[in-house]
Amino acid sequence: MKHTISVLVENQAGVLSKVAGLFSRRGFNIDSLAVGVTDDPTISRMTIVVNGDDYIVEQITKQLNKLIPVIKVKTLPENEQISRELSLIKVACTASQRGEIMKIAELMKAQIIDVTDRTITLQFADTAERTETLEMLLRPYTIREIVRTGIIAIEKGSTIAYNPK
Amino acid sequence: MITGAQIMVKALEKENVSVIFGYPGAAICPFYDSLSSSISHILVRQEQNAAHAANGYARISGKVGVCVATSGPGATNLITGIATAYMDSIPLVAITGQVRSDLIGRDVFQEADITGATEPFVKHSYLVKKVEDLPRIMKEAFYIANSGRKGPVLIDIPEDIQKKSMPDFDYPESVKIRSYNPTVDGHALQIKRAVEAIAKAERPLICAGGGIFCANAQEQLRAFAEKCNIPVVVTMMGIGVLPTNHDLFFGMVGTHGKSTANKAIHNADLVILIGARVANRSVSSPNRIADNAKIIHIDVDPAEIGKNMPVTIPIVGDARLILQGVIEKSDYKAPDSWLDTLRDLRSKAKPYNDRCDFVNPKLFMCRLSQHMEPDGTLVADVGQNQIWSANHFEIREGRFLTSGGMGTMGYSIPAAIGAKIASPDKQVVAVCGDGAFQMSMCELATARQHNVPVKIVIMQNNHLGMVCELQNKHYNCNRVAVCLDGSPDFTTIAKAYGIRARTASNDQEAESAIKEMLSDNEPYILICKVCPDESSI
Repeated sequence: MKHTISVLVENQAGVLSKVAGLFSRRGFNIDSLAVGVTDDPTISRMTIVVNGDDYIVEQITKQLNKLIPVIKVKTLPENEQISRELSLIKVACTASQRGEIMKIAELMKAQIIDVTDRTITLQFADTAERTETLEMLLRPYTIREIVRTGIIAIEKGSTIAYNPK
Repeated sequence: MITGAQIMVKALEKENVSVIFGYPGAAICPFYDSLSSSISHILVRQEQNAAHAANGYARISGKVGVCVATSGPGATNLITGIATAYMDSIPLVAITGQVRSDLIGRDVFQEADITGATEPFVKHSYLVKKVEDLPRIMKEAFYIANSGRKGPVLIDIPEDIQKKSMPDFDYPESVKIRSYNPTVDGHALQIKRAVEAIAKAERPLICAGGGIFCANAQEQLRAFAEKCNIPVVVTMMGIGVLPTNHDLFFGMVGTHGKSTANKAIHNADLVILIGARVANRSVSSPNRIADNAKIIHIDVDPAEIGKNMPVTIPIVGDARLILQGVIEKSDYKAPDSWLDTLRDLRSKAKPYNDRCDFVNPKLFMCRLSQHMEPDGTLVADVGQNQIWSANHFEIREGRFLTSGGMGTMGYSIPAAIGAKIASPDKQVVAVCGDGAFQMSMCELATARQHNVPVKIVIMQNNHLGMVCELQNKHYNCNRVAVCLDGSPDFTTIAKAYGIRARTASNDQEAESAIKEMLSDNEPYILICKVCPDESSI
């Protein structure tokens, strides 16, 4: 089962390798990992999606908490989070196919951000599931390249993961 | 103006460090140049042994052990020693020189990414980038190493940072790390639940690990066991929490443990684990034990609870404080019938048989402990000698040190040197096999140079005994690469280092050699001829 873990860390060099190293040496599999700075420039947030049972998630949480630069670890339950992933997808596209692909883009609410005589590039920000759907729809035209950021997620409602005060 | 190197030395002084173990090199030279006379430096003969010596020193002194090495190979040689300390939760600060900041990443002479290489084995590490950060980093390193679950912290300091000056130096009085707040006090409700579970138990058992020593909770453990009449078994790291001859003590558990201890843990209806990690050598079938018993697990590291064994009542915090709480709230007494069963099993232990052709290592360990001062320290190496020591050395008021988690061969001699420096008035004896001895015999020079009178017992069977046993049992007696032919004559080696030595070929000779070895305060090597077919159990 997939779990989304939100991790707040000190924004320092070497933290990413500490976190990533922990996953590999304890035999946990990362599906995706996204990092970015927060509103507090000294803190970064990592959103990690992992595959595993409850034991694995508990161990990951505890082991992450042991790393000194890790400030807060929070597992975001599936139905209490809003998640998004940004994808850039370059599809092979002749002039005659352009209309069809534009229709798919419109249907899925993807944006067209670049066009050449042989390709068309789409930008899509949505859930992992909808990203898979878009990919499926575009596959018949030959996907030349796809770049995904990995999932980022936030809790629904007014709760926040960490309040330093 | 003060340089980075001077700050390092001042910080060590502020942390009450009086001895460090190390080996110099180009990238750490500014630090060595600034060393003051208030800190004595023990020059080891290989960096790994600096970490082991600091480990032995830390375990006996209760202070943070400090080891120092240069960049590149000096630093990488430390790795096994750091990993050994990590596995046994020993507080160390390892200081390494690094190449100049502007050269990092260019693969220059003696450059190694030591913070990267040690990442899995350190509690925390620093690569110092600014001289201004040094005071804070030094302070934090000592605090992190010696708080919560203790462990090694590495500080990697480029040569130019050591040379750089800053106008003023203020050593921080306290540490504040927002992301590091180890739990100390046990949760009151969990303690209450534990007391209730203990009250209902019919066959309770305490299984104590090395965490008891980390928390300095020997007294509380003993008080708890005695007040509640609960039998105690230990993991290898827990040996010494109770005197071996204590009525409630039933030995070491595990694959190489005592059968009474293993029967106790498998028949208990309540197991109270304290500062023990439940690794496979100590508890080989944790789920089977948990099926039959409730488990109370007390540990300062929440990640250890539930990692290897299902647990009924977890209590995170300092073992000393938690045990204090349990003692105050509990007025339980375990039924005598349960203890009688265990005592009965214990009394059936086989007596030692004297040998005339070889030294019986089990009898030897028993006799050695009887001849040693009650507060002496035994440092066991790894291999059959470790098991003989663990099961047959009788602890009274002293300590038993060994590399329990990592199982690092060659640990005993450097660790004994560190232990002896930490307690110069107490006897310190290292026991090793002829394999491990040859891994760290270079440290005889360290003992000589710095006048550290450690006593060394070599169990000589000309084989890697533990591996032999394994090959006999699981690999159809196919003995490969376990014969130590080509080993030097150890008495000649001892003589070359100016150390008195004697060989014992049977139990009688061994006993008089023990007496001679312990009769003065000089280094001594006692070689025991042991039968290659002697089993570890």
